[in-house]
Amino acid sequence: MISLSRFLAVLTKEFIQMRRDRLTFAMMIGIPIMQLILFGYAINTNPRHLPTLVMMGDAGPVSRAVLSGMKNSSYFDFLGTVSGPEEADQALRSGEALFVISIPAGFERRVVRGDRPDLLLTADASDPTAAGGAVGALNAIVSQAVGETLTGPLAGLAQGPPPFSITVHRAFNPAGETATNIVPGLLAIILSMTMVMITAVAIVKETERGTMETLISTPVRPLEVMVGKILPYVLVGYVQTGVFLFAARLLFDVPFDGAVMAFFWGFNLFVIVNLALGFLISTAVRSQMQAMQLSFFTLLPSILLSGFMFPFSGMPGWAQAVGTALPATHFLRITRKVMLKGAGMGDIGGEMLALGIILAVITFIALMRYRQTLD
Amino acid sequence: MTEQKPAVTEEKPIADEGHAQGAEPVIRVEGLTKSFGDKTVVDGFDMSVPRGAIYGFLGPNGSGKTTTIRMMCGLLTPNGGSGTCLGFDIVKQSRQIKERVGYMTQRFSLYEDLTIRENLDFMARMYRLDKRRQRVDAALEDLGLKDRSHQLAGQLSGGWKQRLALGAAMLHEPDLLLLDEPTAGVDPKARRDFWDEIHRLSDRGVTVLVSTHYMDEAVQCDYIAYIAYGKKLIDAPAAKIPEQVGLITYRVEGDHLVELSRELDGKPGVEQIARFGSALHISGMDETELEAAIAPYRNREGVTWQRQRAGLEEVFIHLMAQSFDNFAAPGAKPGESP
Ligand SMILES: Nc1ncnc2c1ncn2[C@@H]1O[C@H](COP(=O)(O)OP(=O)(O)OP(=O)(O)O)[C@@H](O)[C@H]1O
Ligand SMILES: [Mg+2]
Repeated sequence: MISLSRFLAVLTKEFIQMRRDRLTFAMMIGIPIMQLILFGYAINTNPRHLPTLVMMGDAGPVSRAVLSGMKNSSYFDFLGTVSGPEEADQALRSGEALFVISIPAGFERRVVRGDRPDLLLTADASDPTAAGGAVGALNAIVSQAVGETLTGPLAGLAQGPPPFSITVHRAFNPAGETATNIVPGLLAIILSMTMVMITAVAIVKETERGTMETLISTPVRPLEVMVGKILPYVLVGYVQTGVFLFAARLLFDVPFDGAVMAFFWGFNLFVIVNLALGFLISTAVRSQMQAMQLSFFTLLPSILLSGFMFPFSGMPGWAQAVGTALPATHFLRITRKVMLKGAGMGDIGGEMLALGIILAVITFIALMRYRQTLD
Repeated sequence: MTEQKPAVTEEKPIADEGHAQGAEPVIRVEGLTKSFGDKTVVDGFDMSVPRGAIYGFLGPNGSGKTTTIRMMCGLLTPNGGSGTCLGFDIVKQSRQIKERVGYMTQRFSLYEDLTIRENLDFMARMYRLDKRRQRVDAALEDLGLKDRSHQLAGQLSGGWKQRLALGAAMLHEPDLLLLDEPTAGVDPKARRDFWDEIHRLSDRGVTVLVSTHYMDEAVQCDYIAYIAYGKKLIDAPAAKIPEQVGLITYRVEGDHLVELSRELDGKPGVEQIARFGSALHISGMDETELEAAIAPYRNREGVTWQRQRAGLEEVFIHLMAQSFDNFAAPGAKPGESP
C-alpha cells in the first residue's frame, strides 16, 4: 500500500533540495519576467482565410459586390450568416469566427441616395496579428469591388470618395495592443518551458547522480516518488504565475476580465499536464543535458503551432492538427478567453476536455515507461 | 500448496560442502544470467549463502559483481535463472526483499545536497521506522558524525562518505547486508573497525555478502566466491581455496631478487612471480616443471627457498589469468578448473 510517511519524506527532501539549488530557484522566478519583457515586441504576420460571419441586413447588388470582393481578396472566408448582434457576439467569444461583417438594412438604397451608410466590421482583436492585415486591406478591397458595380446612372458615385464608410469595431482589445494579446499567450509558453524542463531534470538528476539506486533499493513505490517529486513544482508554477500576472499588469496593463475560477482550474490542469510530460521525458533520457534538450524539442511546436506566435486560423490543416494535440494551444485559448474576453467556466469546456484527454494519454504512457529497476 | 518447507530434501551445490546444515539458505540463486545488449555480463551464476555467513565476493573489475548483487535485491531483472533471497523470489517479490535488505552501493548514492542527518532521516522514513529520532541519533553516534550532522553529505571526504553510506544501509537493522566494495578508499583503522562490526553482526545472525578487492578482507570471510567474465570460477570456504586449486608456491628471500625474477620469467612451469615485501613468490600448477625450472637457482648464495601454501592473492591471479586464456581462445571451455 501507499505510505504517507514515505510520500512526505520524498516531498520534504525535494523542497530542501530545491531551496539549496539557488540558481535553479532564481531561474524559475527570473525567466517569466525576462520573457515578458523580451516578448513585449510582437511578431506581425498577415494571415488570410480568416473565418468570417455575415449579418445580412440587405441583399442588393452592391451588398453582394462587397461580400464577393471581400471573399476574392482571400482574407475572409465566409462561414455563414448570423441573425443578430447576440449571435455575432457569441461566435466571436467562442472563437468560431474572427470577424462579423454587418450590412445594415437599406444599405443599397442609401448608397444610391448618396448617404454614405456605414458598413460595420467587428473583429476579434484579442489576436491583433490575425486581424490586422485583413482590416488594413478592407477599405481598398471593398471600394474596388463596389466601384465595378456602379455603372450606368450610378457611375457618378464611383468617382470621388467611396459612397459608404467602413467602421471597424475591435472587440475585446479596443486599442489593438499587441502586448495585450501576447502576454496571456506567453504565460502558456513560460509554463510549458519551465514546468516540463524542471520536472524532467529533477527526476533525471537522481539517475545521473546515482541516487536513484539507493532510492529504489528502499521499499518506496513509484507513485510516492512521482507525486512527491511533482507536487513541489506545482507550487513553483503558482509562484511563477503570480509573479507573471503581477508584472503583466504593472508593465503592460493587461486586463483580467473573466472569471478567476475558470482561470484557476484551467491553470491547474495545464500545470499538471506539463509536469506529467516532464515525468514522461525523464523516463526516456539518461542525463540532465538530454532532459533539457528533449524539453526544448517539445517546446518548439508549442511556440510555433499553438497560436502563440502565428495565428492558429492562418495555419494549414496539418499544422492545426498538430497544434490541437499540444496542451499549450488549449491553455493559450483559455487565458485569452478569460483574461481578454471575460469568459467564464462555461466558455472553456472544450479546452478543459482537450487538456484532460492529453493528460490521460501522457500519464498512461509515463507510468507504462517508469522503471522500478535500473535496466 | 504441495511444497512445504520441512519435507524437502535438498541437494546441496557441490562447491559448498562447508555448510551442510539443513537450514534454508538466505540467498539461493541458480543459473542467474544477465546481458546488456548482446553482451552477457553474468552467465549462469549459482550461489547459496547460509544464514549468518560472511560471504566474500571477489573478481576483477568488470567481472559482474555489482550486476549480480543488483539482481539479488531486485534492482535488475535477470534474463535467465531464478532464485530466492530471504525466502522471497528475486524476480516477483523484490518489494518484500527490499524491506529487509540493506544495500550499500559501490558508488556513493546518498544525497550530496542533503545534510548527514537529513540523509539518515530520509532513509529511516523510507523504511517507516519507529523512534526515528533516537535511531538517527544512535547511528550518528556510532559513526562518530554527531558534531558534523549538519554538514552536507557531499562535503564529506571519500572515506567518510563510505562510512555514512554503511550507516544508512544498516539503519533499519536488515537481515541481509549487501555491501558493494564498502571499504574502497577507507583508511586502515576505519577498515578494521568496519570488519569488527561485520563480525559482530554476523554473530548476531545477520548475513553479509560483501564484494572487495582487498586480500586481507577476503581472508576474514567465511566463504569466498570468485567470479571472472561473468562466470563463477570457485566458491568455497576461504581456508580451503588454495588447497582446492592446488597451486604450488615457493617463497624466496635474499639478495639480487630482481635479477632472479628476470631470469625465471618465462621459464616453463613458472606461472607467476610476485613481490611480497622483501620476498618473491614463485608459483605454478605443475609441480615437476616448476621444480625443474627453479632447480638451477636453488643453491645460489645469499638466497633462501621455502615451499609454502599458496596465498589467496596468488590463487586469484592464477584463476584470472586462466579464465582470460579460456575467454580469449575461441572454442575453449571457460571456467574449467584443472
Ligand atoms: N547498465 C549497464 N549497461 C551496459 N553494460 C553494463 C551496465 N552495467 C554494467 N555493465 C557492464 O557489465 C560488466 C560488469 O559490470 P559490473 O559493474 O557488474 O562489474 P564489477 O564486477 O562490479 O566491477 P568492479 O570491480 O569494477 O566494480 C561490465 O563490463 C560493465 O561494462
Ligand atoms: Mg562493481
